[in-house]
Order: sequence, then structure tokens, then C-alpha cells
Amino acid sequence: MTPSPTVLANPHTERMRRADALTVIYPHLAGDDVIVVTIMGAVAVELFALGHRPSFFYLEHAMGLASSMGLGIALSLPRARVVVIDGDGSLLMNLGTLSTLARYRPANLTHVVFDNESLLSVGGFPTATSTGTDLAGIATASGVPSVVRADTLDVFSGAFATALASDDLTTIVAKVAAIGPTSFAMDLPLLENRFQFWRQCRKLAARAAMDGP
Amino acid sequence: MPVSTANSRVIFDALKAVDIRLVSALPETWLVHLIRMSEDDPEMTLVRLAKEEEGVGISAGAHLAGTKSAMLMQNHGFLASINGIVSCAQLYKIPLLMLISYRGDLGELDPWQTQGGLATLPVLRALGIPTYPLADPATVPKMIRQAQALAESALTPVALLLTRDLMWEEPS
Repeated sequence: MTPSPTVLANPHTERMRRADALTVIYPHLAGDDVIVVTIMGAVAVELFALGHRPSFFYLEHAMGLASSMGLGIALSLPRARVVVIDGDGSLLMNLGTLSTLARYRPANLTHVVFDNESLLSVGGFPTATSTGTDLAGIATASGVPSVVRADTLDVFSGAFATALASDDLTTIVAKVAAIGPTSFAMDLPLLENRFQFWRQCRKLAARAAMDGP
Repeated sequence: MPVSTANSRVIFDALKAVDIRLVSALPETWLVHLIRMSEDDPEMTLVRLAKEEEGVGISAGAHLAGTKSAMLMQNHGFLASINGIVSCAQLYKIPLLMLISYRGDLGELDPWQTQGGLATLPVLRALGIPTYPLADPATVPKMIRQAQALAESALTPVALLLTRDLMWEEPS
């Protein structure tokens, strides 16, 4: 039996770069009624580098729970559009979240999964998606009503805009290159992010209350 | 089933009285009435989980978005949620009201509940989580009110242990 490689044999540098994918959807993420929850690591750093907003929350630990947080926010703020930016390593740690998301089917939640087939931030160890586990297939089989595979910038950009505007739960799985930033430092203490984000959610809730039912 | 409907109602009404509007839960015998009451109340959102740790994330999201929530789980579900409690709820200072059915303590007949019963209090203590038993229905409303007040002022998880005395009515 051949042992699995300890680091990803192929980082697939020909694939879409996550940083580019974030760049094309950033104008949507910066929308007034949009709330973003990301996992830790490369994706948080790359989104932060594009321009932090008080509506962005970077879950700097608790791997697997970003999508659960997104569900809690989506149920609490039905007028907000909630975007969860997940990864293959995080989602594999909490596959049950897909069944819970599908069960409650929040219309205002868009779940993006950047699949680089590795735990990049800790040295590029390959995840099970590198050996064939199909997260889009698992999402579909879990009952997520709309699942899109988006492996090019054009397809990803279109799928994201459609999902954000739609009134149904969507999971978008995007295969991306296993490359990340040179530094994972972010000039934003996590509690500052937490309280700033909480205040921003309060503003959105107050605005929704003023708008009436 | 000798799970106390009356005391489940006392607990549920006390949660409503402190404005809890979202409950996440994984079924276990002692919680059946509480889960059904949560499902039947149009003012309450019930989220049924695949695994308890999801509930920590859901409650954290709900808190940041302005909704008061509680988790209903067995102590084994608490044990299964520890990383979420530590690296989401405690790290991010989230008030997290946890109602934990305290299986494996005095009077337990199921051998499989006992090891988790022995571990529950030491683990809660090790995590520094304020923990209080609920045993007397007369004190439940005040205990829940005070637990929620502490969770919100200290921005910490608080554990309320649902004991056999409160949840189980021995057949006469």
C-alpha cells in the first residue's frame, strides 16, 4: 500500500485563485445588507486585504462552525443577505452542517466553499477532496436545494450573483489552487472584529425594524 | 413516559420569560417535552441539530445578530461540543445558555450514561464555566433569569444542569 503524501502532491496552480474569486465578488460582499462570515486562514487574510468592512466576521478558530454561525445569523436577520465563505477542511469537520442548513433552508444564505484540497494554512496537508470526496455531491445529497460547481472565474462570478439575488439556499463549491498569502497576519484583534460586527448587525436589525414587516 | 411535563413547562416558560427566541437541540429522553414545546410555540425557533457542536455556532451567530438563544443537550452532547465552546463561545465572549440534562448521576440505571456523568462537572469546572444544578421547580424561573443575566453581563457560557429530581417522575 502506498502511503498518502504528507503534503499536497499537486497544488493545481492552473486552477482559479481564491484571491481572484474574492476580488470578483467583493463588490457584492460590500453591499449594505450583506453579512459575511469566513473561516480562518488564507481566505480571511485575502478578504481582509481587499478592504475590511464592519459586516465581515472572520471566525479565527472553531473549525467547522462558520456555516453554523451563518445559519444562526440568517435565521435572526431574515432581511440581511448572509454569505458564508467556507473551505474543504472546515466543511469536512462538520459535514452535518449541510443537513442542518438544508433542513432549515434559509432563503437569505449563500454558502461558498473554496476547495483547495488541502489544509493550506498548516502546510498543505491534503484533505479527502484530493482523493475524490465530492463536497458538491454531499451538499446535493444532504438536500441543499441549489448546488453549483464553479471552477472558473466567470462561472463563479455568475453563480455567486445569482445565488445572492435568489430566494433560496445555495452552496457553491469552487475548486481553487492551493496557494495563499505569504503572511497570515491581520491587523484586527478578534474581539474588536466581534464587537464591531455585533454593532453592525444591530444597525441592520434596527433598520429592518424601521422598515416594518 | 415519566419525564416531567409539568417541570418541562416551567423550564420552557422561564426561557420565554427571559426572551429566549431560538433553541437548538438534539433529542434525548429527558428533553422530549422541552423540544416539543419549542417546536409548538410560534414565537420560538427550534433548530434540530445533527451534532451538538453546531448549536454553539448557531447560538454565537444568533447572539451577534441580536437574538437570545439557548442550547438543549445531554451532557454527552456537551462533551461532544467542547472545542466549539472553547474556541467559539469562550474565545469570542459569547453569552451561551446551556441547559444540559445531567445523565449518569444519582439514580442512573443506564450503565452507558455513567462515564459521561462522572466527567461532566470536572470538565465544566476545568473550562471555568459557571455551573448550577436545577432541581426544584420553584426556583427554576429565578435560576434561569439569573443565569441569563450572568451570561450576558460576563459574556460567558453558563451551564444549567437539568437533574433527575427535576426531569424524572418515578412511577408510583
